[in-house]
Amino acid sequence: MKYPLANIILAPLIGAAVLGLFGKRMSERVIGWIACSTIAVSSILAFYIFFQKASALEQGEKVYEYLFTWINVGSFRADASLMLDSLSAIYILFITFVGFWIHVFATGYMRGDKGYWRFFAYMNLFMFSMLTLVLADNFLLMFVGWEGVGLCSYLLIGYYFQKDFANDAAKKAFIVNRIGDFGFALGVMLLFTKAGTIFFFNDPARGVQGAFNWAMAQTAEGLALSAVFAGGMTTIAVLLFVGAIGKSAQLPLFVWLPDAMAGPTPVSALIHAATMVTAGVYMVSRASSIYVHAPTAMFIVAIVGAATAIFAATIGLAQWDIKKVLAYSTISQLGYMFLACGVGAFGAGIFHVFTHAFFKALLFLGSGSVIIGMHHEQDMKRMGGLKKYMPATFATMLVGWLAISGVPLLSGFFSKDEILYRSFTADVLPDPWPHVLWFIGAVTALLTAIYMTRLMVLTFWGRERFSSPELAPEAPSVASEHDHSGPRESPLSMVTALVVLAIGAAFAGYLGVASGLSDARIPNYFEEFLRPSLAPSPPESVTHELPLRDLAASPRPAQTSSIPVSEEARLDLLADQRTEVALTVVSSVIAFLGIGLGWVWFKRKPLWEPPRLLEEKYYVDEVYDAAVVQPIKQGSINVLWRFIDVHVIDGAVNGAGHLASLMGTGLRYLQSGLARSYVAVLVFGALLIIAYFVIR
Amino acid sequence: MVPLSWYLGLSALLFTIGAVGVFIKRNAITIFLCIELMLNAVNLTFVSLSGFFGDVGGQLFVFIVMTVAAAEAAVGLAIIISIFRNRESLNVDDVDALKL
Repeated sequence: MKYPLANIILAPLIGAAVLGLFGKRMSERVIGWIACSTIAVSSILAFYIFFQKASALEQGEKVYEYLFTWINVGSFRADASLMLDSLSAIYILFITFVGFWIHVFATGYMRGDKGYWRFFAYMNLFMFSMLTLVLADNFLLMFVGWEGVGLCSYLLIGYYFQKDFANDAAKKAFIVNRIGDFGFALGVMLLFTKAGTIFFFNDPARGVQGAFNWAMAQTAEGLALSAVFAGGMTTIAVLLFVGAIGKSAQLPLFVWLPDAMAGPTPVSALIHAATMVTAGVYMVSRASSIYVHAPTAMFIVAIVGAATAIFAATIGLAQWDIKKVLAYSTISQLGYMFLACGVGAFGAGIFHVFTHAFFKALLFLGSGSVIIGMHHEQDMKRMGGLKKYMPATFATMLVGWLAISGVPLLSGFFSKDEILYRSFTADVLPDPWPHVLWFIGAVTALLTAIYMTRLMVLTFWGRERFSSPELAPEAPSVASEHDHSGPRESPLSMVTALVVLAIGAAFAGYLGVASGLSDARIPNYFEEFLRPSLAPSPPESVTHELPLRDLAASPRPAQTSSIPVSEEARLDLLADQRTEVALTVVSSVIAFLGIGLGWVWFKRKPLWEPPRLLEEKYYVDEVYDAAVVQPIKQGSINVLWRFIDVHVIDGAVNGAGHLASLMGTGLRYLQSGLARSYVAVLVFGALLIIAYFVIR
Repeated sequence: MVPLSWYLGLSALLFTIGAVGVFIKRNAITIFLCIELMLNAVNLTFVSLSGFFGDVGGQLFVFIVMTVAAAEAAVGLAIIISIFRNRESLNVDDVDALKL
């Protein structure tokens, strides 16, 4: 095949075009087949090229696919060209795989919806944009995908456009993302002025220079707040991170993600849990060679990530809407990923993205299955005791619950543990911080286990609260409009997807078992594979002369180098391993403690009223409303409308008309209506002209 | 032979009579005749100067003026008739609907 990468991204685009143009006349069955098969094609191609190139990618080779030169002005050049390295390979694998199963799930979930074709057209378009984002080989093409996923997110959040709250949520997501994207665009521009290129890596075949190769040749900047405003590498890194904050819903721009749950549940699973929101982590990891030279930016990333993780986890503890709990959980887990990036463990961050894609997609789809089974009920106050009605959903969600809580030997355990270990031992941060960040991470892990247990207990165990009338004192729930039959298990397509993702959620972690845990008996495939794509942190001085592709061969810490290790290094390694094992024990205890606490507490008091501050999400939305929305609104009304529009703009328009009429009033006195006066003017005019010529 | 200055003098006299007539008369037909008088005063100048310089260009121009005058007479008379039908008057001072 000539252009495998291009075909990976084109298949969903064709699907989107066909469904968008002709889908309205197709039956649901045909639409479902088209939508799923295009993603299946992408997925098969992704796996095919992955297995074909796996060893080459591990050596740090990159597969380029040059399509055409997009812009070439002066020294600025941007190509429509794709690049596959180990980082983007992992991304396309899980995007297409998880994406495919979510599509399959959605064929069941969306059954009977009037906009079936529209939904799948948007979903395919999203897949196209997301794959463009991760396969781009320069920042501008990446930005195209970045904006594309933002657009599809907007379209799908506002999918139920007849409802006001869905439209409001869609607009909120779009506008908040614009703020982040502005930072991203500024970062790319600054990078261009500094590095003179927006390509990621050198490509001698096309004669392009890479910004990351430029970054690797620089010396690291110092750790100081002033570096952020110095306009150097740190400023670039911080601006790019602003983009990541918007897209990945970190503090302070996370407010759009909980509202984004207004979209259909498969959308929440695909876009707002598994793929799009991890684009920020992807971008930061992609630009790791910039970040490792900007310790201040790394520090900011770590702090923001840790703060977001614990902040969102506490809110998640107090939500009643099953999807809102998962939304805050997603924000919290994204915080974890940024924490990993911030302490220089980009590989661990990507590993968590990978495992999170499975278990969070699983949990979202499980919640979708519950919502459908409960006839569109999302309030956990009206659930309970569902495990006997929906055994398959229950069993699969059980796996997701244990995985996200960090129960040993499931996927979430390995990735979360790796992040905690790496933040504990981070040597890029000043002294008390690694331990502080580890502590925040550990508390977040505890909270995660508690709120996920709460979700499970409220949904699947306890008294059946959906039929009790005292819990539905307000308007009868939506359920009563349909049929009054009890909850029922979901159709086969949905259950199949759940089972597949549950298998992934259980076992995906074994690809990246930390070497310290297994005493290096199980190799850490994931980290080894990613190594050539990510810059080491802190940057070693020896790498300055080396192009990035040779990083794989550059000297690494003792455990991987073949050089005989000194006794001292061996002892260090041993101490490291002991720390790692100790921390693993701690996090396992935390996981079980959280589950136990949640179990005991919520089994007894399922409807325990959480503190008001948490239930109202720390009033963040209200603060934004008072600090940002209202000033803009009042300014628009009082200054822009009542003064500028009414007085300045309307004044200018009306003034022009008034001036013309004033001039007309003056000039009409020339028109006497008397024919003889006109003659007089004519004659005297002629005489004047003659006189002029005579006198001259 | 009559010297050129006499022709030009006559022509100026006729033109002045015409111009004054346009000024002081109110009857539309009279004004119209005065305009014709001015045109023909100019024609006389053309012809006499043409003879003086031995150049037929002036005489050719007279033909053009006559043609235009004939067309103008047709249009002008039509307008005057139309005004008369509407206003029952030939006094140009009555035709002042265009003022202010």
